[in-house]
Amino acid sequence: MQQTDIPPAQESPDQASIELRGVSLAFDEKRVLQDISFYVPHGGTAVLLGVSGSGKSVLLKLILGLLKPDSGSILVEGADIAPLSEAELNLVRKRMGIVFQEGALFDSMSVYENVSYRLREEGSLEEEVIEQRVRQVLGFVELEEAIYKVPAELSGGMRRRVAIARAVISQPCIMLYDSPTAGLDPVTAHTINALIAKMRDVQHVTSIVVTHRVQDALMLSGFVYSTEEQGLRPVTSNNGGGHAAEQTQFLVLKDAGIYFRGYRQEILAARDPYLRRFVR
Amino acid sequence: MTPLPHALTFAAGAVYSPRWRVAALVTARLARRGILSYLKRKVLAIQDGTYLLVNATRALFTPPRYYVDTLMQLDVIGVASLPIVLLVGFFTGAVLALQSYRSLERFGEVSILGQMVGLSVVLELGPVLTAVVMAGRNSSGMASELGSMLVSEQVDALRAMGTDPLRKLVAPRLYATVIMLPLLTILADFVALVGGYFIALTIAHLTTSQYWSSFYQNIDYHDITQGLVKPVIFALVVALVGCYFGLHTTGGTEGVGRSTTQAVVVSIVLVIVLDFLITQFLIGIGFA
Repeated sequence: MQQTDIPPAQESPDQASIELRGVSLAFDEKRVLQDISFYVPHGGTAVLLGVSGSGKSVLLKLILGLLKPDSGSILVEGADIAPLSEAELNLVRKRMGIVFQEGALFDSMSVYENVSYRLREEGSLEEEVIEQRVRQVLGFVELEEAIYKVPAELSGGMRRRVAIARAVISQPCIMLYDSPTAGLDPVTAHTINALIAKMRDVQHVTSIVVTHRVQDALMLSGFVYSTEEQGLRPVTSNNGGGHAAEQTQFLVLKDAGIYFRGYRQEILAARDPYLRRFVR
Repeated sequence: MTPLPHALTFAAGAVYSPRWRVAALVTARLARRGILSYLKRKVLAIQDGTYLLVNATRALFTPPRYYVDTLMQLDVIGVASLPIVLLVGFFTGAVLALQSYRSLERFGEVSILGQMVGLSVVLELGPVLTAVVMAGRNSSGMASELGSMLVSEQVDALRAMGTDPLRKLVAPRLYATVIMLPLLTILADFVALVGGYFIALTIAHLTTSQYWSSFYQNIDYHDITQGLVKPVIFALVVALVGCYFGLHTTGGTEGVGRSTTQAVVVSIVLVIVLDFLITQFLIGIGFA
């Protein structure tokens, strides 16, 4: 495994938002993840890279508690979620948002119903307040005009943006993105990456981004969201918001384990043939 | 170790050469593993089905309850099935009366046509045919809908947002089927009797009084109870099988098609087998 000077996860950092310790999982006799350990600090970003079937999406489902590990611990905000019941997990999930690969919008509901779903389930807010919040987050993803459309009427990029709006409406402190730009054209992919950077730099959420597009990872680590310019701008030594971008971790999964762990410069400078194939 | 593979091993080993004996041993081991794996899958399926039933029932007594979803399912499962159930019921009653009339005419017992059609419909044909129609229409619908939701990660999205898919997806479908299937059975029974009446009037030349009095004078409380107990059990089967196959879909859109077919086949077979077992049980306890 390629290693860098990142502190190993076993040090149990106090500032960790998400931490995995020796997590292993197998489906029947197929080993999917073996002894995975890493952590993401509060407000930090980790990009999980790997070929299809390398266990990236499974890792996100483990962090969300949708799957249980065979062994190891998964700490979210310091609490091990592996032994929790479904009801207890629901409390943890309130602090998390996830964007699934194809958006996973509910086909039978409108955009408004999809985005407001979580708030309505909680049942603590008036409908006017919910509508105000929905319009606010749809404004955040620049899709306010699509509020009464149904998912079938939306393009792939719009569906992902609605999925982001649905995930962020409850103001989570952790966001998980499962291949958010897969199958999208470069312009739409850029828009999605800008939204992810906006969440990180404006809302300061902890992010884990699963992707097999290294361009996404390089964009997230090389650009910051500028509220003045309403868009991305390159990280320079002058802009103070670059810290989160520069601290973006790159984790490359291979053969059920972490093959590489490092930062932007390290993965770009790597001579390893497997990593070169990735970065090229 | 199961007896069958042992027998296979012994027979194969005794008859063939050492090379064949090795092959027979390997075959026997694979067969043993296959049988065990098959049995394990079946036990797991029963366990998962029981889990669905217990948790969906528990959801009835504890919040959150999804009233709107249940109302929608009552409409989809019950109201939308009404035309086909009535159609099937009417023609089943008519054809039953037609065939019964031909047999009864030989013995000069046409006057008991109402009784014959009525008992057949209330005890067997009404509950079973309505359940088979519901299995074909709704079990498949549940499997395909839930299967599509599963493969497009909508079920995971529900869980990620703190919703229990059993309460949101399974429980409303189960309640709606348990409420609507007995009601539809009653309606199917009635239109089947009307279908029989139509034949009695036009072909058997019975009077209205002869047909209906022959029916209600020979049907008792036990028959009606039996005809209403069965639909409740069939409803549980139809809903649980549909939801089970939907929520165990694997293999993308192709898997959705497979789940749908399996749901229909399994629910129809279970309905017919359970019909026999329930009837046998009720006769055994002296209820029928």
